[in-house]
Amino acid sequence: MRFEALERFAMQRRLFQNLTTCLIAAAAMLGPLSTSAADEPPDAVIQRLSNSVLDNIRSDKSLKAGDLSHVIALVDSKIMPNVNFRRMTASAIGPTWRQATPEQQARLQEEFKILLVRIYAGALAQVSDQTILIKPLRSAPDDKEVLVRTEVRGRGDPIQLDYRLEKTPGEGGGWKIYNLNVLGVWLVETYRSQFAREINNSGIDGLIKVLSERNKANVAKG
Amino acid sequence: MNVSWQWNLSRSVRRWVSLGLVLATCHGCASVPNPDPRDPLESFNRGVFTFNEGLDQAVFKPVATVYRDVTPRLVRAGVGNFLGNLDDAWSSVNSMLQGKLRHAMGNFFRFGVNSTIGIFGVFDVASEMQIQRHAEDFGQTLGRWGVGSGAYLVLPLFGPSTVRDAVALPVDSNGDLISHMDSIATRNGLRVLNVIDTRAGLLGVSSALDEVALDKYSFSRDAFLQRRRNAVYDGDPPEMDSVTDPVR
Repeated sequence: MRFEALERFAMQRRLFQNLTTCLIAAAAMLGPLSTSAADEPPDAVIQRLSNSVLDNIRSDKSLKAGDLSHVIALVDSKIMPNVNFRRMTASAIGPTWRQATPEQQARLQEEFKILLVRIYAGALAQVSDQTILIKPLRSAPDDKEVLVRTEVRGRGDPIQLDYRLEKTPGEGGGWKIYNLNVLGVWLVETYRSQFAREINNSGIDGLIKVLSERNKANVAKG
Repeated sequence: MNVSWQWNLSRSVRRWVSLGLVLATCHGCASVPNPDPRDPLESFNRGVFTFNEGLDQAVFKPVATVYRDVTPRLVRAGVGNFLGNLDDAWSSVNSMLQGKLRHAMGNFFRFGVNSTIGIFGVFDVASEMQIQRHAEDFGQTLGRWGVGSGAYLVLPLFGPSTVRDAVALPVDSNGDLISHMDSIATRNGLRVLNVIDTRAGLLGVSSALDEVALDKYSFSRDAFLQRRRNAVYDGDPPEMDSVTDPVR
């Protein structure tokens, strides 16, 4: 009896092992098609994201007309899954972040995200018939944080667009954005002094209120 | 008494600047809750900033908006190219002073080609030939030579600057080809056109700023200082000591 059970167990293990091997092989074959199975180099991640957004802007007529809400929806679906918002928000808030309750942290993250999406979408809405040039990556292969520098080229002077990414193996192609630079201006740094001032004036709840009111006003304006 | 309009223009400019300085000094009496080390003159600067904003809302923004709405895009592009061409000549000199020979040659080539084939710079032929502009001014030259930017300074009328760039301003206006033109009317006319063209180009940016900046003064100061540092290092500034992330 016991012997049979053992045999059955051994067979099941073998079956399980074979199944696992099959699954791994299948995933490896599907690797290039799925975004989360394979980890890419950071500049490939940025290339893929930028191209998909630009392609969408170029082909969609309503986006070309400058309809910001559509560009915002596009940025939300394509770019935002690859952004580490918690880190961006915490970095912009500074040491006060640790004093905030989890609910406050969640609210801050949410409101700051809406603002950032608006900034990025606004910059992209100026784009038409532009191409992205990714500059050569200057980092060691085992760096956990890298800087990817790109230029949006088309009519007029090229627009500088840089990204700081951190290594997140297995998520979003292996890299997540934690800071964004538009035309030489790092957004996290720029908001640090504004947030500090607001927190000093009216505390964390005051900052949340200001942010959410601003976001509502922007949406109302269209 | 027949006083020419040019004299009146420069007199009223001086009057506005003095008014601005007076208003700013009054504001300068208040102290600031969160002093920023790069901005020791923050009270003064905020005063001038408010004054400039008022002037912008009252005069520059409406004029630039009308200019943008009334003028055909091609004409505006031509004006922009013409003024940009004049800047390229001075950029070339500054690139040379900074030892950036390739950029100097590029800027000089741009100026030469655009002024001749591009008919006095109205057509930006050089950009079609893929010769990029590398804008340089004397403030950047001083920065390259190792002069620190100094305190952040908001100038009446001229807007965000630094102590170094404010000192460089007279050199820049001397190097500007517009100053070397003979007729006072042409000089002032071109200067006014320059202001309107620049402001019209920034209309999109200023409205975006209204939407996303919580504190417009702070945002424009931080953005200006970063862009300036970026420009001195041609888009590749060395890493600054960053505040450690609280999450890490």
